[in-house]
Amino acid sequence: MALATQSPSTNLSPDKQREMLRQMLTIRRFEERASADYNAGKIYGVVHCYIGEEAVAVGVCTALGQGDRIISTHRGHGHCIAKGADLNRMMAELYGRQTGYCKGKGGSMHIADFGIGMLGANGIVAGGIAIVTGAGLAAQMEGKGGVAVSFFGDGASNAGPFHECLNIAATWKLPMLYVCENNMYAAQTAAAKTHALPDVAARAAGYGIPGIVVDGNDVFAVYQAANQAVDRARSGGGPTLIECKTYRWRAHTERKGQPDPRDPGEREAWLRKDPIALLERQLREQGELDDAGLRSIEGDIMGTLEAAIAFAEASPFPLPEQATDDVFSA
Amino acid sequence: MRELTYNEAALEAVTEEMRRDPKIFYMSTDALPPLLKEFGEDRIKATPITEAAFTGMAIGAAGCGFRPIADWRQVTFCFVAMDQIVNQAAKIHYMFGGQVPFPILFRASVGGGGLVAAQHSQSPYSMFMNVAGLKMFLPSTPYDMKGLLKTAIRDNNPVISFESSRLMGRKGPVPEDDYTIPFGQADIKREGSDVTVVALAWLVHEALAAAEELSREGISVEIVDPRTLVPLDKDTIRNSVQKTGRLVIADEAGPTAGFSAEIAAIATEDAATFARLKAPVKRVCALQVPIPYSPILESAVFPDRNRIIAGIREVLAGNKAAAA
Repeated sequence: MALATQSPSTNLSPDKQREMLRQMLTIRRFEERASADYNAGKIYGVVHCYIGEEAVAVGVCTALGQGDRIISTHRGHGHCIAKGADLNRMMAELYGRQTGYCKGKGGSMHIADFGIGMLGANGIVAGGIAIVTGAGLAAQMEGKGGVAVSFFGDGASNAGPFHECLNIAATWKLPMLYVCENNMYAAQTAAAKTHALPDVAARAAGYGIPGIVVDGNDVFAVYQAANQAVDRARSGGGPTLIECKTYRWRAHTERKGQPDPRDPGEREAWLRKDPIALLERQLREQGELDDAGLRSIEGDIMGTLEAAIAFAEASPFPLPEQATDDVFSA
Repeated sequence: MRELTYNEAALEAVTEEMRRDPKIFYMSTDALPPLLKEFGEDRIKATPITEAAFTGMAIGAAGCGFRPIADWRQVTFCFVAMDQIVNQAAKIHYMFGGQVPFPILFRASVGGGGLVAAQHSQSPYSMFMNVAGLKMFLPSTPYDMKGLLKTAIRDNNPVISFESSRLMGRKGPVPEDDYTIPFGQADIKREGSDVTVVALAWLVHEALAAAEELSREGISVEIVDPRTLVPLDKDTIRNSVQKTGRLVIADEAGPTAGFSAEIAAIATEDAATFARLKAPVKRVCALQVPIPYSPILESAVFPDRNRIIAGIREVLAGNKAAAA
């Protein structure tokens, strides 16, 4: 098992690095707002926040091209934003409006944008792994050098589809990245109580593919690992399993009164490893970011976010009779 | 017209469609030799024995513009893929607001008669009928098989082709030319005036034998083969029952919350049909048990022509007043 913990960022232009910061901040601000609006009763059902894990989605998606495809989990806002989803249609979906990505049929857990290669957030743990492996098969059959990325958590790594799909992808040399976001908890249960080995990446050896552990809060480390895996996948080398060690800052969901059995000290320690603060510091040290630059990025994000909220609030709810639309395709 | 077996008709439909459309590819746990020979490993993929994985992969490939065929072989093997079938394939088009179509054909053999016991004999189509977002059919003849399978492959939705184990070797006329049979169109396999029998697959043939025998007594039986389960041709069923006033439903599955219950509801919840019913509806189904192995036990479980005859006699003897 290789270990990638360094952060060489030399092959990314300063603009690209600032773009990564902008995307990570967008994810955070979007979810802070989603959480607030959820608690205000404007967003329904359930919302799972990705805050604290932003470096994984952005690091991986920075290594992808437009034709590449990803699949997400119930904690999917970050993957959507990193793949280039439209905040207006995302927020409208959370608001349950007609103009949302899924016309109000999906909500937070089911945002998809097939036009940008985002094959959907998925409410079933491990439910998306086989689907995106099919996208990897499609990419192989298309023969255009496309790759597919499965994002999933430590919980999903204990489910059957993870093992079944790693075996098929390895055997058929599918152009796949399996990206495990190990945030140490499957809902309320600690990975330490459900995993026989501490590193999910170690399981790659059983399928004869590379398994890499990276610091999931270091966006450059994630990017570097993903970039190598993408190169390998595009050149016919087959899949790679990348385990990103990270931590979710918030409870499993935004629902109030949910138990969060995690040790507050553990959370405090991870807050000090904020992936956004780390990137900001790196950019400042390189002289690529100053206070004015950061203010400008933040201002742009807040403007875009306010516009998304306005769009969602101005959008009509679906009509009751639209409940029967789209059960089948024409 | 030349004759093909039920199984040959299915293979011919798949072969012709794969020649027509290069986006179609085939996944199953063993590659079918004639398909492999013609289309090669690029399009005929032998998978590990992981129905959950290749069912999900079919969904993903379909969402990327391909038209996969995922052959579960025996329907009981697909139960390990229920998350992919129920939570993913059935819901993904609706849940994502209809962004892209998911054209997938799933194939599965159903029914008993093979003396292979409970884990290789089942007719669980009503479990799937209960899930919104899946189309499905169960043909009774080689002709219907080829026409319906072609329609299924060209449909832009997940479709399950349930295929009767008992009928695999049964021959019938099949045109050599390209034809399709629309979904949602029942076929009246025999016209009659005294009683309607709604039957599927093998039991269509048992019902035909029953009708032939009863015709010698002057009893005229109409046999309706729905062919497609979703969408279901309610009109043809209701029209037939309105004509005959009596309904027997024959099903190789058990009765509980089954296909037979759905047909009974279609007839009785419609005021015009209910008004014409002269007797209570009769269901002739398998016993509500896992399918047993020993020949004596297996044949005790399944309905056949004799039970259909008994059912017909019961509805002919009964009337609404007596039932009340």
